Amino acid sequence: MADSTTSRASYTLDSSLDSVNKIEQLAEQYAVRAGFDEDAVPQIAMAVREAAVNAVLHGNAYDSGKHLVASFETTTDSLIIRVSDQGPGLDPERIPDPLAPENILRGSGRGIFLIRAFMDEVHFRQLHPGTELTLIKHRTPAQPGT
Amino acid sequence: MSIKVTTRQVDGVTILDLSGRITLGEGSVTIRDAVREVLAKGSNKILLNLGNVTYIDSSGIGELVSAFTTVKNAGGELKLLNLTKKIHDLLQITKLYTVFDVKDDETAAVASFTK
Repeated sequence: MADSTTSRASYTLDSSLDSVNKIEQLAEQYAVRAGFDEDAVPQIAMAVREAAVNAVLHGNAYDSGKHLVASFETTTDSLIIRVSDQGPGLDPERIPDPLAPENILRGSGRGIFLIRAFMDEVHFRQLHPGTELTLIKHRTPAQPGT
Repeated sequence: MSIKVTTRQVDGVTILDLSGRITLGEGSVTIRDAVREVLAKGSNKILLNLGNVTYIDSSGIGELVSAFTTVKNAGGELKLLNLTKKIHDLLQITKLYTVFDVKDDETAAVASFTK
């Protein structure tokens, strides 16, 4: 099978909110370039922002000695974004359901839920140390190629 | 752009007009501080006008929930006014739309607070 990758770029950034904003902006740019519509683009950007917030806040805990890596890959089928940190690791099975009545009024804990709501596929991989989130949004046939 | 908060009083209700982004580290602390300040001044009827909020993330949603519970625990009421479509959709997805009392008309919203 032929390699369907049309473009890929990777960014290594420090553990800061500036990096979160940068990754969010990049996600928006890549989503626009991949041909997603005006509804999907902000959803993709928000999902990636949430992944970056998790990496900086919960993964690296703002540790200036740790970095986060974001990569953007556009294939003929999908936009694939990977965000990884160097933190203690995240077990997706242990994330409380924010829709459960006992959690609905919690002041946090909705980031992963929104990522799952806005993306077609979300995968977690333990890096030892760290966690890599892979976020995939499928392109529809009507979308122009890059 | 970080969030901007301006406060005004209408018929005993404190209206916080918010504009900008409510995200981690940008707008969320500002809302928390603004709501606490209103409560400290003795007012517990608060209307958050979100009409000019351009963006909100999960941290911002969490801050709205925290503001809601803080005011409720203080014996007051916090309501939301003028949701943008994106915020409306986010509150629907997170099942918070029915938790908040959401209004789209300021006069009616002010009148809806317990006298």
